[in-house]
Amino acid sequence: MPTEVPVVEKILSANDRIALENRRLLDGQGIVAVNVMASPGAGKTSVILRTIEALRGRLRVGVIEGDLASRVDADKVAETGTPVVQINTGGGCHLDAPQVQSALARLPLAEIDLLFIENVGNLVCPTGWDLGEHVKVVVSSVPEGHDKPIKYPGIFVVADAFVLNKTDLAPYLDFDAEIFRTALRALNAEAPLFEMSCKTGQGIEAWADWLLAPAGA
Amino acid sequence: MHELSVSQSILDIALRHAERAGARRILAVNLVIGDLTGFVDDSIQFYFDFLSKDTPAQDAQLHIERVAARVRCQGCGAEFAPPDSRLWSCPSCGALGGEIVAGREFSVASIEIE
Repeated sequence: MPTEVPVVEKILSANDRIALENRRLLDGQGIVAVNVMASPGAGKTSVILRTIEALRGRLRVGVIEGDLASRVDADKVAETGTPVVQINTGGGCHLDAPQVQSALARLPLAEIDLLFIENVGNLVCPTGWDLGEHVKVVVSSVPEGHDKPIKYPGIFVVADAFVLNKTDLAPYLDFDAEIFRTALRALNAEAPLFEMSCKTGQGIEAWADWLLAPAGA
Repeated sequence: MHELSVSQSILDIALRHAERAGARRILAVNLVIGDLTGFVDDSIQFYFDFLSKDTPAQDAQLHIERVAARVRCQGCGAEFAPPDSRLWSCPSCGALGGEIVAGREFSVASIEIE
C-alpha cells in the first residue's frame, strides 16, 4: 500500500547551504562579492578589467572567472596583477556555490575588498543558483538589442544593478535606449543602471563610485 | 544542461526521506516548479530515470505541479499573470512592473513510497 510522505524541501537546498557558508566566509573577511551575469560577449571581462583600473588604489579587487573552457579571461585579469582563479565548468551552463567555495579556498582573501565572480555567459541558468554573493549585476550591451529584458525577464528581476556596455556603438545600431530602459523598469524598479563604454571609458567612473559605496561600508 | 545536476538533487532528497521513512521503494516524487524557473519537465524525468537506476527510486514517476507566474502591481496592488514576451504592465491600471508573488517555486513536495 503506497504512502505519501511530505518532504517540502527546496531542490537547490544543498547549493543554498554552501552559498550561505560562502557568504559567511566573505562577511568574516569583510569582502563584498559581486556576481556578474550576462550573455556571452556582452563584455563581462572588459567591465571587470575597466573597474580594476578605476578602483586601483581605492579597493583591492579579486576575481573568480567562470567559463566552460580555457584560461583566456583569467590570464587577462592576471596581467593586471589582480588575484584570480579560473573555474572551468566543462559543459556546465552556470556557476554553483560548491565551485565558488573551492575557488575561494585558492584566493588570498585577506588581500581582497571586492570580489567579482564572473558567471558563465548565459541569461537563463545563472539566475537560479545562489553563489553566496552580495550583489548581482547583469551586464547588457548595445549590439544585443534593446529587447533582452523582455525576452529574458528572470535574470533582470533578480539583479541589484545593471550595466549597459558598448554605448559607443549606439550611432551604428538600431538600439532603442528608451525601450530598453522602460523594459528594465517594468521588471525591476530599484536597481540602478550604469551606461558605459569599456572601449572609451565613458561611464566607468559612476559605476566604480557605486561599487565603492557598498564595498566600503 | 543543468537539469542533470538538478535531477541528482531531487534524487538525493527523495532517497534521504525514503530511507528515513523506512521505504523499500519510491513510486513517485511530487515536485512543485514555478514557470519562471525555466526548468523543463521532460528533461528532468529523463535524467532522473538515468540517475535512479539500481536505487530504490528506480522507475519512480515524477509528478510535476506547475505554478504559473503571478505579479502584484506596484501601482494598484492587483495581481496579474505576466505576458511571455511583452512588457509586464498591469491590466487594471497600466502601471509597469511589480513584485513576483508566484512562479519561482522549486521544491520536492512529497514522495510516494511503499
